[in-house]
Amino acid sequence: MTEKQANRLFDLTNVVLITLAVIVCIAPFIHIIAISLSSSRAIMSGEVTLLPIEVTWEAYKRVFTDASMLRSLGFTMYLTVITTILSMIMTILAAYPLAKSSLRWKSLIMFFIVITMFFSGGMIPEYLLVRDLGLINTTWSLVLPNLISPFFLIILITFFKGIPDSLEEAADVDGSSHFRTLFSIVLPLSAPVMATLSLFYAVNRWNGFQDTLMYITNPNLYPLQLKLYQIVSNAQASDLLRSEGVGMFEIMPEGLKAASVIFATVPILLVYPWLQRYFVNGTMVGAVKG
Amino acid sequence: MRASIYYARYWRLYAMLVLPVLYFVIFKYGPMYGVQIAFKDFNFFQGIHGSEWIGLEAFREVFNNQEFYKTLRNTLMLNGLDLVISFPAPIILAIMLYELNINWFKRISQTILYIPHFISWVIIGGIVMQVFGTQSGMINNVLNGLGLDSIPFLTDKNSWLATYLATGVWQSAGWGTILYLAALTGINRELFEAAEIDGANRFRRIWHVSIPGIRMTIVTLLIIQLGNMISIGFERPYVIGNLAVRDFSDVLSTFVYRIGIESGQYTIATVVGLFQAVIGLIFLLAANTIAKKLNGEGII
Repeated sequence: MTEKQANRLFDLTNVVLITLAVIVCIAPFIHIIAISLSSSRAIMSGEVTLLPIEVTWEAYKRVFTDASMLRSLGFTMYLTVITTILSMIMTILAAYPLAKSSLRWKSLIMFFIVITMFFSGGMIPEYLLVRDLGLINTTWSLVLPNLISPFFLIILITFFKGIPDSLEEAADVDGSSHFRTLFSIVLPLSAPVMATLSLFYAVNRWNGFQDTLMYITNPNLYPLQLKLYQIVSNAQASDLLRSEGVGMFEIMPEGLKAASVIFATVPILLVYPWLQRYFVNGTMVGAVKG
Repeated sequence: MRASIYYARYWRLYAMLVLPVLYFVIFKYGPMYGVQIAFKDFNFFQGIHGSEWIGLEAFREVFNNQEFYKTLRNTLMLNGLDLVISFPAPIILAIMLYELNINWFKRISQTILYIPHFISWVIIGGIVMQVFGTQSGMINNVLNGLGLDSIPFLTDKNSWLATYLATGVWQSAGWGTILYLAALTGINRELFEAAEIDGANRFRRIWHVSIPGIRMTIVTLLIIQLGNMISIGFERPYVIGNLAVRDFSDVLSTFVYRIGIESGQYTIATVVGLFQAVIGLIFLLAANTIAKKLNGEGII
């Protein structure tokens, strides 16, 4: 075998293996889509793998006309927008002064913030705090406790530090205040990093589940993940009962569960192209460690 | 500059910091103050401040609790297995992606491989049920179609371990390649060319150029993961686990949730959480020291 042939064989094997990895990556989604579009009979008889059998849109019709599901979607959108806006405002308010060399006690303030990345009071004291503040079963219990991510804050500080001082000084000579400098020079220059951080805040809020489980018991305020979890955990219970021979204990048809999973996944896939534009160019490389 | 002049000029910077600092004080340092209930017989009527001190009594109770040791063991076991199975996956994948020389194929593969990172654990839990389910799960359908018996991926604890680990690889391997790809791109191209001139084949080039080039990244990430051995997220074991496999799926975070939020034993649950936080911090500081010795710079 010549060197050229060996190279070609290597490339071919590599492409085949990566194609396999890609298939493993998306096959579960395709399976769920297939299930969501198949008839109950075909699902129960175990015929459905990657293609829908006896195609029906019934499951989607039911999910999209279910009032609690739509309310949950609406609430989650509202929650995500509020959280993202407030988180960004707070992160900018903290990052701008901390990027300035003229700020005194800077390392002390940074130390005070960074410590919270490595040590926290834990789940119970956090829960008691939220309870004592009277936030249980309110939107604020899902907004305030994680308002600023120290990680994103550090990324933004690093970015602000990279803006040449000369640009800001020019504005300062004009008598422009710090707020004006922030709005007219710093923010426009950092639009891409702002967009990235907003998207990451939004995705984190959209996907967040633990706090919704802890703080929300009112069904009118169920975010999508909590709503979906109840559908999924019913699935677990029924699987368990089946395996223990209790017999069929159908709580929710499989097709409906699959359609609900797709319902919750699509919004993330819709913003994904914007997300990936930023992390591919390296803006977020530093954020991966966390 | 005199203080009065300085503050007249720069007070706005401090004004901006007021709200963020207040946030950290209330929502991050507030719970740290609340940690004192680990040493108190907490009850709701007297609150955090008014409850009676009991010293280390709750710690004694926790350290005599068999379930605590079981969840501690499970935490270390799941993290340890993740280290063996999930840690090497992105390294291998990154090296394979780097060797690709068809750009459009590389870009599409990366785009797809990163997706699972952005899918919530609840959704992944739903997918896991439908793919690994015993009755009508995709994999068991295929096995049955081939005339094989179903595997109870979700209800037998040993099979469940495989499900848990496979899910972890699926979720994190693609996204994990980003740092390694960045490191690979940073390797001097001349090294690859020199190796080629010396007649090294692709495998030898990977072994002698690529892997040494990303060795520091591998070591650093390995140390970070070792430093996080005792901390475990709540959502993954909670969503993928179930009652039938609780012997393996119950970890420190789900234990704290169950005895604290569900059963209301706040003092005991806080003790477990505090134990985890303190040991976790010690691990992390140790990891940082090791990283400093090896790299010359720490990870924190």
